[in-house]
Amino acid sequence: MNRISVNVDGTTYEDEVEPRLLLVHYLRDRPALTGTQIGCDTGNCGACTVDLDGASVKSCSVLAVQADGGEVTTLQGLAQDGEWHPLQRSFHERHALQCGYCTPGMIMAARDLLRHNPDPSPEEVRYSLRGNLCRCTGYQNIVQAVLAAAAAPDSVTAPAAGGEQTWP
Amino acid sequence: MIPAAFDYACPTSVEEAVRLLAEYGEEAKVLAGGQSLLPMLRRRAARPRLVIDVNRVQRLRGVREEADSLVIGAMTTHHDVIHDALVRRHAPLLASATETVGDPAVRHRGTVGGSAAHADPAGDLPPVMLALNAGMVAEGPRGRRTIPAAEFFVDRLVTALEADELLVGIRVPKPAEGWGFHYEKFQPSAQAPTLVGVAVAVRRESGSIAEARIGLANMGATPLRAAAAEAALAGADATEEAVARAAGAAAEGTSPMSCGGTPSEYRAHLARVLTRRAVLRAVRSTGRNAV
Repeated sequence: MNRISVNVDGTTYEDEVEPRLLLVHYLRDRPALTGTQIGCDTGNCGACTVDLDGASVKSCSVLAVQADGGEVTTLQGLAQDGEWHPLQRSFHERHALQCGYCTPGMIMAARDLLRHNPDPSPEEVRYSLRGNLCRCTGYQNIVQAVLAAAAAPDSVTAPAAGGEQTWP
Repeated sequence: MIPAAFDYACPTSVEEAVRLLAEYGEEAKVLAGGQSLLPMLRRRAARPRLVIDVNRVQRLRGVREEADSLVIGAMTTHHDVIHDALVRRHAPLLASATETVGDPAVRHRGTVGGSAAHADPAGDLPPVMLALNAGMVAEGPRGRRTIPAAEFFVDRLVTALEADELLVGIRVPKPAEGWGFHYEKFQPSAQAPTLVGVAVAVRRESGSIAEARIGLANMGATPLRAAAAEAALAGADATEEAVARAAGAAAEGTSPMSCGGTPSEYRAHLARVLTRRAVLRAVRSTGRNAV
């Protein structure tokens, strides 16, 4: 067992974990943040995408012990004072989801894109979401939602819980 | 899926990592970016007794410029390689090929050294290392040595690294005047592995091609040089017809697998098509990428 200390969505958790515990399982089981999904289990689908120390990662391909001392932001850390993040609002308004399973990963990947490319082209949105699979909608509404969120004035500056990370 | 249990070490120095490798030998696995190893552990395709995570060895990150080459730390992430000004200037082929690896989240974690040491024949970067004549810098109990990329890839997922050696960096020679580069690949979908990849470096002298180095991904158990096409390009006119003729030899001497509904003939066809495209684009880029 290894002792870890991880800040997740603004709260610090201290735990003993087995080295083989994946970050996605840790997030779902320990802080019970089940917004982060387990999808393909191969690293392909992106449903488990979270932010680790300022960069999007697939939490099924990171060990919990590797997040020791780090800061994680999940989808559930995006809303502030009951207000949705602009991307959450935009996905809702544009119906950019059907079953909703891929949505947390899509939003976390889109947030990563907008953080360092606040005015992406449709092509850039599609390219940056290639690691996130949706089996329902066919992506059109998702791309439109990301573009609409990019055009919204508060899209990039909206803080995440625990303080925004600065892109290196 | 949950990996089989393992012990975990998180050394902060190369020396400590090497000492652990020497102690555990084949029972240890080095964890770099984890974008290949963690899926393998989850499938239990690998069951190491010890995982040595080298993410906290600071010396392995970053790019250093020397007189005639760049040394790229093994733990430099794909994301950082793509955005590194020295790499973009002196190793544009590595930057552009790395842009095609995985997706943004994978590139945040994945590393140049991890890609090389994993030695997946479908990997995008190993053929780039062949085309660039890169040197793979290894450290072990007997000191440091540089293994030419051409000798580094031994078999599917097997490299020339000894069990107690750690890949610490990649040395890429700076190109002289007149070189051009291009990486071309085909994937049936964004999530699929590269079916065939072609990494090209060509040197142009006025109207002809003086020299070409071509690395192929997924045309055998290791990345390969397209030696017959290289020979046919040496001294050829830098015209579409001459390049197409030479590219016709791209699959000679290769041994592509037939698998997953992809017959080896199809891979050979792709190698010829992609080599023609990549060489033409590399020829057109000569002069612009040169130092």
